[in-house]
Amino acid sequence: MAKIIVMTSGKGGVGKTTSSAAFGTGLALRGFKTCIIDFDVGLRNLDLIMGCERRVVFDFINVINGEARLSQALIKDKRVENLYILPTSQTRDKDALTEQGVEKILNELKKEFDYIICDSPAGIERGALMALYFADHAIIVTNPEVSSVRDSDRILGVIQAKSRRAEKGEAPVQEHLLVTRYDPERVEKGEMLKVEDVLEILAIPLLGIIPESPAVLRASNVGMPVVLDDKSNAGQAYSDAVGRFLGEKIEHRFVKVEKKGFFDRLLRRTA
Amino acid sequence: MSIFDFFRTPKKASAADQAKERLQIVLAHERAGRDSPDFLPQLQKELLDVIKKYVSIDDDKVAVKLDRASGYSTLEVNVELPAPAKGAARAAAGKVAAAGNA
Repeated sequence: MAKIIVMTSGKGGVGKTTSSAAFGTGLALRGFKTCIIDFDVGLRNLDLIMGCERRVVFDFINVINGEARLSQALIKDKRVENLYILPTSQTRDKDALTEQGVEKILNELKKEFDYIICDSPAGIERGALMALYFADHAIIVTNPEVSSVRDSDRILGVIQAKSRRAEKGEAPVQEHLLVTRYDPERVEKGEMLKVEDVLEILAIPLLGIIPESPAVLRASNVGMPVVLDDKSNAGQAYSDAVGRFLGEKIEHRFVKVEKKGFFDRLLRRTA
Repeated sequence: MSIFDFFRTPKKASAADQAKERLQIVLAHERAGRDSPDFLPQLQKELLDVIKKYVSIDDDKVAVKLDRASGYSTLEVNVELPAPAKGAARAAAGKVAAAGNA
């Protein structure tokens, strides 16, 4: 049975699209047929992060409006088998997302895919509500920073009240915390919230900790999901998070300051 | 950590500790507000209707306010009655502690 995962945060700029791209690619790398949908109508960016911006012909909204078939709008990734992207419209607005329209397309996708990732826009308005409404799982992307944690708490409240599972009184949406842009050095100095603090406040299970890493910008520059950079700590951390999501027991890495050895200092090696 | 740390004055809570504390306080308030039914406007309207049966007052003379503390909530109802014919202004205020834990 296909599972719908929403990648959401409330706050903007915390790494939802980066995480959607990395997580979806990670699932596909493990052999699951995965589709990532961009719900940020009017401000599409998943296509850029995935490096398929020049291949967009039809989009999610065209399919909702019956102007194109789903198969015409889906973009197959050229690097990873089993990975598809459904871009959104750059010209319409969020009102184009109707509940019936979104449901129809998700139902169609569910027949073909193992996982459907809904990349939510920021905020708690229509776009974000539609992205989370049909979810089975919610991955809450949070930076260790006060406004991000507060907005995450708010979006958790929305999921618990306004998702379809909540409205129908079904088993609740399964929540997972993904802490991104974590900087162990600043945590050690007392300048940044510890992951334990964020966990204590939000009280949902921890899926992964993605360290602040230059690899994320490098990857987005060239349109590559960062998980494909398997030398980078961020890429490895995303890969670990995917493994944990699938039930594997994997220890959290990159949460302590790495002690640099003499030769590392000498050679100025970086991650 | 070095031996010199003994001679330093104890440090203030770190920025991260302050962040955690502030978040815990603000979220406790926001979470409490989240699941409370939004009955205040309706309550205000019905109170006004009841009072109007006995006294003629303006619509804006009833104020209803809900305050939360840890463990209990206070519902404050403030009714301003019109000045009696003699001229001296008089206001009647009532406070009702609402049962239930916030």
